[in-house]
Amino acid sequence: MDKTRLYYKLSSFSKGFLFFLLVLCILIPVVFPFLWMLDASFKTQKDITSIPPRFLISRTMENYRRVFEEQNFLRFFFNSAVVGVSATLISLALGLPAAYSIARYRQETYRFTILVARLMPGISLLLPWYLMFSRLELIDTFIALILSHILIGLPIVVWTMSSYFQSVPLEIEESALVDGVTRQRIFVNIVLPISTPGIVTATTLSFLFSWNNFMFSQVLSMENTKTLPLAVYNFVSYAEVDWGAVMAASIAIITPAIILTMIFQQYVVKGLTVGALKG
Amino acid sequence: MLDSRFVDRHIRILFPLPALLFIAIMMVFPILYTFSLSFTTWNLASGMPPRFVGLNTYIEVLKEPRFWAAMGRTFYFTFLAVGCETILGMIWALILNREFFGKEGIKLLLLLPLVSTPVAIGIAWVLFYEPTIGLANWALKSLGLMPLKWIADQNTVIPSLVLVDIWQWTPMMTLIFLAGLASLSPEPYESARVDGANGWQIFWHITVPMVVPIILTGIVLRSIDAFKTYDIIYTMTNGGPGFASETLNIYAYNLSFNYFRFGHAAVVLFFLFLIVLSFSFLVNRLKDRGHG
Repeated sequence: MDKTRLYYKLSSFSKGFLFFLLVLCILIPVVFPFLWMLDASFKTQKDITSIPPRFLISRTMENYRRVFEEQNFLRFFFNSAVVGVSATLISLALGLPAAYSIARYRQETYRFTILVARLMPGISLLLPWYLMFSRLELIDTFIALILSHILIGLPIVVWTMSSYFQSVPLEIEESALVDGVTRQRIFVNIVLPISTPGIVTATTLSFLFSWNNFMFSQVLSMENTKTLPLAVYNFVSYAEVDWGAVMAASIAIITPAIILTMIFQQYVVKGLTVGALKG
Repeated sequence: MLDSRFVDRHIRILFPLPALLFIAIMMVFPILYTFSLSFTTWNLASGMPPRFVGLNTYIEVLKEPRFWAAMGRTFYFTFLAVGCETILGMIWALILNREFFGKEGIKLLLLLPLVSTPVAIGIAWVLFYEPTIGLANWALKSLGLMPLKWIADQNTVIPSLVLVDIWQWTPMMTLIFLAGLASLSPEPYESARVDGANGWQIFWHITVPMVVPIILTGIVLRSIDAFKTYDIIYTMTNGGPGFASETLNIYAYNLSFNYFRFGHAAVVLFFLFLIVLSFSFLVNRLKDRGHG
């Protein structure tokens, strides 16, 4: 009797241990590059390039000082934030009513148009935009950058929210309609407040994708409106790469994205998987 | 001010109108403009205005081996990356598909690669792959293997870039599959267990048929993104060495902003657009089937 119990205990323990090992096999490759970047961002150039590599040896803030003081990174943070926040807000203003109408009145053609916008490679628009904006003398202005980034945010907002609005029960709206409330009032006062989780998802994703976008800034922005990804990229186009500073800059650019993700984890997961589950 | 009755009555036009106008100006018009450019030859460097040449530019592009090489490479990159991500994502999802302490924390960690700025990720991998000081070769040497040149070698550059894509996007596949597995209804499992089916039979006859639509949608969505991969390739190799990692995206960028051959770039963009449009129809079809 005791022997079998011991056997079960051992087998469930070893199963648990095996599972733990499997999870480690997933986690280590996922997390290691981040820890390695973080470690490198506190190292001197000599320590980074030494072979064999040594970890957790130096703790210099010199790399971060160079990034923020000499390269004036706060300005690029500001530029990226202005573009990301404005583009996201405008995307919401344009996209929420559109998504509602698409969901309620089954406007499949509009939905398809938005799908095409979502899947369109940025490069297909970059050339005509460049020609358009240079003719309007809008290159290196926030207007051009924000307009281009709305085309990142708007499809995300409409795509996420139209499937969200479809899940909002019609009964609430119908009883308000019977009471003579206008449809736009129902949308603003009833539908939007109960759709907060969906709106949080759309807002977070829209901002994240704008924050990470490199291609549009590459062509549409220069010194005045340079965004973070472009600033980080410019670091490595020098002849000799200052790896410590590059790693510090990389950590600086991904930290806000990671913090946002940590706060809104559930929403981000929903937003990224919604396309696959519901479309 | 608009009369509120009027808005109420015409809401199905007025609500989507601003968004559609924006799409028309910022997407439809630019695409039509690009399309019209594709019938011209226009080289900014020559200082000449665009000249109408009919289908001539199309013929030139279709005769250009660099175009076909880029096209093949783009598909190769996409198939290799998405194939590995699907298999690996499936395995990861099956491992993680149970309740255990710390599951939410693990999901959070899985999100990190895909919310991180690709430019920063690409640069970190450049250092990782660095032949003399990079960790990758140090690890190979420690294992007694031959060091590689990774992204500096024409033969290994695409697989090396694919590895970065796999690192970044396998978590996405895992999360999609996990959400799919969580949405499965428990009844078929219960009746199968009553009928005495074993674990493998249950997986093969019940789980697989139910998750296939989710897997397919995941594959299509991921393929489109992989097809469009730009940031990672541009920052890591800029299409090099030589043209060994030049995908359609990079080729179109180079034609537009390095050679200023706008007519030729427009033709390449036209083909890119056609491919993406057919992908979009595919997504739409899959979605309809999911609803039906």
